[in-house]
Order: sequence, then structure tokens, then C-alpha cells
Amino acid sequence: MTQTHDTLRGRLYAFFLRSEPVRGFALLSPTLLIMLAGMCVPFVILVAMSFWTQHVFEFDTTLSLTNYNEIVDKPMYRVLLTRSLAISGACTVATVLLAYPMAYYVAFHVHRHKMVWIVLMTLPFWSSYLLRVFAWKIILGYNGAINASFMGLGWLEKPLEFLLYSPTAVVITLTHAWAAFAILPIYVSLEKIDRSLLEAATDLGDGPVKRFIGVTLPLSLPGVIAASLLIFIPTVGDFVTPALVGGPDGAMIANLIQVQFARVNNWPMGAALSLAMMVIIAAISLLYIWTARRFTEYGR
Amino acid sequence: MRANDAYISIQAVSKHFGPVRAVDDISIDIRSGEFFSLLGASGCGKTTLLRMIAGFESPTHGEIVIEGVPMSQVPPYRRPTNMVFQNYAIFPHLTVSKNLAYGLRYEKIDKAEMNTRVGEALEMVKLGGFGARRSHELSGGQRQRVALARALIKRPKVLLLDEPLGALDKKLRADMQLELRALQESVGITFIFVTHDQEEAMTLSDRIAVMSHGQVLQIASPKELYNRPVNVEVADFIGQMNFIDASVSRMSGERAELDTAGLGRISAPTGEASFFQEGDAIVVAIRPEKLTLSGDRNGGREGVQGVMRAATYLGDRSHYYVDLPGREEPLVVAGSDSGPMDHDPLERGSPVLVSWADDALVLLPRDEALASASREESSSNGT
Repeated sequence: MTQTHDTLRGRLYAFFLRSEPVRGFALLSPTLLIMLAGMCVPFVILVAMSFWTQHVFEFDTTLSLTNYNEIVDKPMYRVLLTRSLAISGACTVATVLLAYPMAYYVAFHVHRHKMVWIVLMTLPFWSSYLLRVFAWKIILGYNGAINASFMGLGWLEKPLEFLLYSPTAVVITLTHAWAAFAILPIYVSLEKIDRSLLEAATDLGDGPVKRFIGVTLPLSLPGVIAASLLIFIPTVGDFVTPALVGGPDGAMIANLIQVQFARVNNWPMGAALSLAMMVIIAAISLLYIWTARRFTEYGR
Repeated sequence: MRANDAYISIQAVSKHFGPVRAVDDISIDIRSGEFFSLLGASGCGKTTLLRMIAGFESPTHGEIVIEGVPMSQVPPYRRPTNMVFQNYAIFPHLTVSKNLAYGLRYEKIDKAEMNTRVGEALEMVKLGGFGARRSHELSGGQRQRVALARALIKRPKVLLLDEPLGALDKKLRADMQLELRALQESVGITFIFVTHDQEEAMTLSDRIAVMSHGQVLQIASPKELYNRPVNVEVADFIGQMNFIDASVSRMSGERAELDTAGLGRISAPTGEASFFQEGDAIVVAIRPEKLTLSGDRNGGREGVQGVMRAATYLGDRSHYYVDLPGREEPLVVAGSDSGPMDHDPLERGSPVLVSWADDALVLLPRDEALASASREESSSNGT
């Protein structure tokens, strides 16, 4: 090895050590490559394809807004999109409302073995997603656990039909499936609250309820926002649960997208629907974050 | 103090955490408008006692009475007390103004009056113009002021302060001590102040309760605490002190003849500590600054002969360490720099004469049995 080579290598090494961004990118590079290949490229293809049109078995690659016009014009798409947002919204609200007390309990009233409690709450995740959906089918079904026991007790003449194959069934199943995703961020944000702040609120005249509204809730809001987004965003696009327990009234936009790519074989239409959904979710999420922060002044 | 003078009356209060007696049968009467300090090393129960007054802990036994009302059934949010927390506990999601207004939300006042009161409170702690800031935009001293203003704006009858100056640097702390004292005098509210810093307690307080292991050792004014400590623990905790083992050889009226290890046979006034008997083993305590040092040449003066071991220069004064015959530890003598020492520097190993005024000697019991007897004596004298 020559002297010059050594210096060049030395210089490169020194540059590498000196430059913070270069070292950062070096650390990120494997992930960056996978992201680039696995997300950005397909996304670009998806965007391009959404402006194409399907002609029986071939793509017409001339760019047009045909698919988007159809989404706006045909009521079916709008109905399914709105329903998806409504079901996901209901599911998000239900999950957060159910998860908050659990997280609150562990954060404030459990003093030992908190980790055990957290692990126990994530227990449903230890079984397969499909298995959990089927479990709800058995519970909610026409001859399922609820109907059978209620009829056995004589509380019902004939089985309740709205339980399974309905939007309610989808909301119940999704809520149960995603609960752990809500508990964890809310728990973390509650756990972080300095206990002396709660005592200060009490000292200044707040009873338990006023203290919760005045201090605990606003300070745990980052956790609530994170939990809501973690649930809302993926559930809008869920298609397994509505396909298995939703029935015709509980079908969601993702079921339609799946059909476009499979049976109907209209990939450009599927791509356009996916993108439309993505844009709407992004818009709603941003609006939500903005309002929530305005509402409590926190993080401004 | 007569019982009806007591504004806050802590009556035989104990707090047990499992087997630990954090607060063990404490009774204190605090007057209205008094600046009262609870002083003790960490873990002595002073913060637990304060938290019981605030209502965050409930006593295992005993009762706390404020203005004649027993507090055991009163939740913290209905007590006439407000607290300044050790870490200030300023709400991070609210501005300084809203922090101050937090306690006013449920008082029946309109927005204009609320703003006036917030403005006044900000002025009072010299934070005018800081209303729109948030906790993280303030320095430690400013946060401390916000916490103080937030507690005082409620116009409480009692302000509780849990080591509020602990997190500040020395210079700022000294400034805040002066301000705190001035503020207390101007608002006339009873302050109960918890600290482990004896100097701080001495500077601020009308009276101090020295605590140790959940018990009160002595309740007295700073001056009395310094000059007339009731036992070795208090004497050791407050300022610097020389302790000399001694035994009582003869009692005669208000005076005692003592055989001491180091000072020889001396005579001392017993004062109130007349429960000593002949033959008792006791401790003689002397403050360094109450001792006088002179060269050996001044013959005829009373005192005890010693040998200079070392001297340390402390700026405003010097400490001299003098070896005495029959004593392992050197005696500490404080001398001002402008004294005769300056003209006549004493070298290591040179003979010196240590002398003291009659009232400089404090006689303290040595064994525990006597210590508690002395404590009872003092508390019955005090009330």
C-alpha cells in the first residue's frame, strides 16, 4: 500500500467521523434500501397505474382521470368509503375509551409488577388474527354463544340477527383486535406524568374529576392521539374482518379494492381507490392532530 | 403558648408506613402569621408531616387542627392550605398566567378580576410580563416564583413549602431567602417551611422544630436553638460545636463543679438544666466563636493551656485547632481575622491559652435516659 493511498483512506475515514449526516445515513442505509425498493417503487407504480385504464386483459397506459371520475360519480364507492371511515372511527373511539381506563389503572394503581400487567393486556396478540376473528364469529353467530345463552336463560324468543354480519360485528371484532395498540401509548403517556402535578392540582382545589379534566387528560393527550392514529389508519384499510364478520352491510372499501385486484381484474381502478383512501386518511389524521392540539394548547 | 393561641395544632400525630414510624407522636402548636420551619436530615419525617398538613397523607394516629377545625375529614382540595412543591410542579401544558389562574377557576370571580389578581400575583414575585411563557422557558428561580405565586394567589391561611429553595444555586438561594421572608411579612400568612439546611432555617424562621427519626427534638427560636440546645444531637446539627466529656463532681445552687476531659476542673452555671445530680456523666458544649485564644505570655488570665495544632483560613474568620491534654480531638476555636492573632500569628506547636466566658458553656446530658428527661423538661418549659 502506498503512502498516498493511506492518506486518502485516512481522509475518507476522518470525513466519515466528522460528518454527522454521513454517519447517520450509513447507519440507516440497509433500512433505506429496503424502504426504497419495498415502498417507494411500488408506490410510484401505484400512482402511475391509477391514471391508466383497464381494457379487458390489457392496460391502456395513456394517462387519464377516468378512474377518479368514476369514484366521484358512482355512489357505491362513496358509500363504501364513508362506511369504512365511520366503522373505523367508531372502532377508534371504542378502543380508546376502553383502553384508557385499563392504561390508567396500570399507570396509577398498580405499583408492583407493572410489566406483568402490560404483558397480560397484550395476551390476545399471542394468538393469530384470523383465530380471533373466528372466535368472534362463534360468540356473535346466529347460534353463537350470546344468542344461545340468552335464549337458554329465556331472555330471548329467537336469536338476535344483527349481532353477526353487520357493521356492529366489525366494530366489536376490530376493537378487540386493536386494544393493545391503544393501551401501550396511553399507558406510556400516563406513566410519564409527574405525580406532583396531580398533587398540585388537588392542592389548588381540584376534586378527582376536575383534576382529571384539568391535568391528567391534557397531559396524556399525546398518548391518546398516537393511539387513535395507530388504530384509525390501519383499520380503515382492513379487509379480513369485514369479509368474515361484516356481511353485505359491513363490507368496507378494502374489500372492494381487493375485488378490483382479484375477481374484477381492474388493477388501475384498485390503484385509484387505494390512493383516494390514502389521501382521505392522511387529511383526516392531520386535521385530527391539529384540532386535538388546539383544543388543549399542549405541544404548541 | 396558651392552647387557644395555636392556629395550627398538631396533636399527637403519628404516621406509620408498615413497620416504619415516619412520624412518631408529634405535637406542635403553630401561631398565626408565624414563619415556622421543620428542620432535619433527610428521612426524619419532616416532609411526611408537611404532607399530612396538606392532606396528601393521613395520620395513622392523632389529629391536625387548623383554626379550630379538625382536618382528618377534610380532603386536600378543601383545606385552607396551599403548597409550594419541591420540584415546583408547574403545569407544563399551561402558560404562567394559566398556572396562576388554575386555582381561581372555581372561585366565583369574573374574568376581569381574575386577570387583575393574576397580574398582581406576577408583580408580587417580580415576574410581570412573564405571563405568556411556559414552564420550560423559565429559569429555576423563575419557576420557584411561579410556584410561590400560584400558591399565594389562592390567599391560603397556611402556606406549606417543601424545600422550595433546594434546587437553586447558593447566590440565588440567599436572594430568595430574603425575598421569601419579606413576602411572608407583607402577606402575613402562616408559613410552614421544610428544609434540611440549618442555615436556611435559622435565616428565615421565627421558630424551628428540629426533627430526627420521626420525633421532635426541640422547638425554639433560632437564637435559643443556637445558644441553648437541649441535647447533643440538636447542638451537633445546628452550627459547629465542641463537645467535651465531663462528670458532675459537686452541685452548689445554680452552679456545678465539673471534671472535664481536656478543660480540667471547671465551674459552670447549670441554669435550667438543674436536673443533673452529682456523679452524672454529661457533655459540655462550647461554640468555637465563644472561645478566645491568646498567647501563653498573658499570665494570670483564666483558661486552659493547649498547643496549637493547625489553623484554617475561612475568609471572614479563621479556625484554630488546639490540642488539649487528656483529649484526643483538637478543640476548635474561631477567631476573627482582625483580632490579635493577626499581629501575633501563632505557629504550629506553640503554646496557647484558651479561655471562655461563663455563659458560653452548655451542659447537656450524655446518655439517652437523661436526654429524654431533658427533652421533656424543655418542652414543658416551652409550652
